[in-house]
Amino acid sequence: VAEVHLPTTLPPLFPGLTRRQEVGASTVAEAIDELDARWPGLRDRLCEPGPALRPHINVYVDRERAELGTPISAGSRVDVIAAISGG
Amino acid sequence: MPKIVLLVGTRKGCFLLESDGDRRDWKVGGPYCESWPVYHAVHDPATGAVYAAAASEWHGSAIWRSPDLGRTWEHSSEGLAYEDGGLKLSKVSSVAAAHGRVLVGAEGAGLFESRDGGETFSLLSTLEGQPGRDDWNDPAKQPPGHLGLSAIIPHPDGPDRFFVIVQGYSLFETTDGGKTWAPRNRGLRADWPRDYEEIGFCVHKLVMSPVDHDRLYQQNHVGMHRSDDAGKSWTEITEGLPTEFGFAAAVHPHDRDTFYVVPLDPGHGRTMPEGKAAVWRTRDAGASWQRLSDGLPQEGAHLGVLREGMANDSLDSPGFYFGTSTGQVFASTDEGESWTEIASYLPAISSVEVAVVE
Repeated sequence: VAEVHLPTTLPPLFPGLTRRQEVGASTVAEAIDELDARWPGLRDRLCEPGPALRPHINVYVDRERAELGTPISAGSRVDVIAAISGG
Repeated sequence: MPKIVLLVGTRKGCFLLESDGDRRDWKVGGPYCESWPVYHAVHDPATGAVYAAAASEWHGSAIWRSPDLGRTWEHSSEGLAYEDGGLKLSKVSSVAAAHGRVLVGAEGAGLFESRDGGETFSLLSTLEGQPGRDDWNDPAKQPPGHLGLSAIIPHPDGPDRFFVIVQGYSLFETTDGGKTWAPRNRGLRADWPRDYEEIGFCVHKLVMSPVDHDRLYQQNHVGMHRSDDAGKSWTEITEGLPTEFGFAAAVHPHDRDTFYVVPLDPGHGRTMPEGKAAVWRTRDAGASWQRLSDGLPQEGAHLGVLREGMANDSLDSPGFYFGTSTGQVFASTDEGESWTEIASYLPAISSVEVAVVE
């Protein structure tokens, strides 16, 4: 089981969603799919068609910058960050 | 007595302003839609639902919907996407609710529909085959903040007939639910070279008289124009206005000859001329214009009003409303003779629409 940490902007969009989630996925894409199955529509908030991560959404697996295909292992920490930008 | 609700889309969420039929005291609710930029919010009188077209810089585009005038909200983008490798959807920029469905305009320019009250969407048209389509979908040829399919104007005749605007290029009409399109720009002016005879006109805003559906008005990048034949031809009616440029427009709900605009400085300032706020009205279909400024700031008021920034209700004595780029909402209940500031410190306003709720 890996631990996913979501940005503060995401839980208000999905009733019941909390920032810390556990997933059994083996890649970042699978982790997002797993969360999308629990909260339909969540994938669209992080990914665009391609699929690819949205331009201002950054993902780190165990502190290393990751993409959708990046592997996750048991005990991994996955941080999903909404880029600090804008006004 | 009916309740009047203004739906105000802003750079930081949707706000709802409520009043009774007197329209004197207004209560501001919001921000809604998690403070996402809201490009346009509308009310469906048939169901009572509010729909807001919103696009977060981080989380993408969605249509937010509220069945209860803002108390609860849901959002969906299911189906609001182009196939991979085709157009890229950067934002949903316009929304309309009529004849039992929701229509959504997007950038890149495309039209989506929902037949289940905004839960799911499907692509209706990307105006395939229209001249200029490659240009308007080319990011290198688009202005900053491009809106793509910037407006959808339903027709009272039925669901298959409606107009859309592709920003910077054309007004189009369909009479078969979006299968085919006809440009409706004949008689319009363009002060720039065009590659096609019927395309290349910068239509900002189209309004239709509720008492004569063949009578249309449009604020164009260059000039005000009127059509008496449902958009098949246009006559310029700019003379008498301080500038030919503006975005917003409103048409009187009971009089086909009365129409309101907010002229702005052209160029890139796009605020009210000389810092003096005014709405302009014609009562004779554009033959003459009156400047209306009672109650509006007349010094240092560099206000902008965007293409969906003005609207009116349909009461016997109609109310007119406009929202500014600096977050004020002004209202008039005497045909524009005098104005009152009913909200002062909202985020920059993109759109104002009105719901009359019995």
